[in-house]
Amino acid sequence: MAQFDPSTFSPQIIWLVISFAILYIAMSRFALPRISRVLEERQHKIDESLKKAAAMQSEAQAASEAYDNALAKARAKAQDHMRNAREKAAQEASQRQEVLAERLAGDIQAAEKRIGEAKGDALSRIREVVVDVAGAAIEKLSGEKPAAKDVGSAVDDALGGRS
Amino acid sequence: MKQFEIRPLVEINIGGFDASFTNSSLFMVIAVSLATLFLILSMRGRALVPGRWQSLAEISYEFIAGMVRDNVGPEGRKFFPFIFTLFMFILFGNMLGMLPYSFTFTSHIIVTFIMAIFVFLGVTIVGFAKHGFKFFGLLLPEGVPWYIIPVLVPIELLSYLVRPVSLSLRLFANMTAGHTMLKVFAGFIVTLGFLGVAPLLIVTALTGLEFIIAFLQAYVFTILTCIYLNDSLHLH
Repeated sequence: MAQFDPSTFSPQIIWLVISFAILYIAMSRFALPRISRVLEERQHKIDESLKKAAAMQSEAQAASEAYDNALAKARAKAQDHMRNAREKAAQEASQRQEVLAERLAGDIQAAEKRIGEAKGDALSRIREVVVDVAGAAIEKLSGEKPAAKDVGSAVDDALGGRS
Repeated sequence: MKQFEIRPLVEINIGGFDASFTNSSLFMVIAVSLATLFLILSMRGRALVPGRWQSLAEISYEFIAGMVRDNVGPEGRKFFPFIFTLFMFILFGNMLGMLPYSFTFTSHIIVTFIMAIFVFLGVTIVGFAKHGFKFFGLLLPEGVPWYIIPVLVPIELLSYLVRPVSLSLRLFANMTAGHTMLKVFAGFIVTLGFLGVAPLLIVTALTGLEFIIAFLQAYVFTILTCIYLNDSLHLH
């Protein structure tokens, strides 16, 4: 086998050492620092972006909380207003109703009074008419005009007995 | 076999040592150039959102960085460039070997052995530099009954010393065996005539397998280096 020929060992060893050393220098001086710098920069950028995103998220959350608060406050205020308005309207309505009831009661009383007056009036007029009618009837029957006073008392007797 | 032969392209002799630029050297230089070009050109844009090539370079970086982090821990950070270089060198060597008419420098025991012995010596030096004589504690797991110690220590010592051999043999044998197997089955295709379809199918499947092995052996070599390094840094 060619691999076990010692005469080929020395050139292989020498060139192995040379090429390996060159590759080591190229890697450790140029290639690897460059890659690690790019990777670090990227990591840095990612970290920064994540931090920024987290800050923005907390900001958004705060804004949303403030909005919720404002909304709740506005809702409570609106409900207050509504309740006030309702109470006021109810109060007013009951007041008006009272006033109206009072007025109507007054009207009813006045009307009743008027009716009573009219009734009394009518009753007193009936007596006069009865007296007249009775006088006239007596005159027709007897041919003689009775004294108004007698007729009156007679009518009063008759009415009084009835009423 | 012809594909494993070392042929000098330029004869060089330094102080009696043969330092000829061979086909093996050529492919080492190509592997180093391709790996360097790949990692430098792909990162030229330094884009925040990577393109295809940049993604590939970043994936390679993070693959090895993750391997070092998981197997060695934060102290492994300063060995990362070496481990990355090791992985790239072996990976590109193995992958270049998959091209027809190319040369696989990782199929030579001397190359894998030099890499393994370098890792072995480096790891041992790191261990002694960090722990001093306590590094010998590596040979003695905690909580062992005293009467087992005389048996256990030689076994541990042997398994420690055999590390560079197993590390280098694994890569060398996998590469050599894979290429030899491809060669053998490919040889049947023409001689079997019409029936050559069967070995052709096998060679096709084996080629896919060899690509997986090319990656896997680079990975195994690298992760074993990480594990040895972890042993040296943290003992058991």
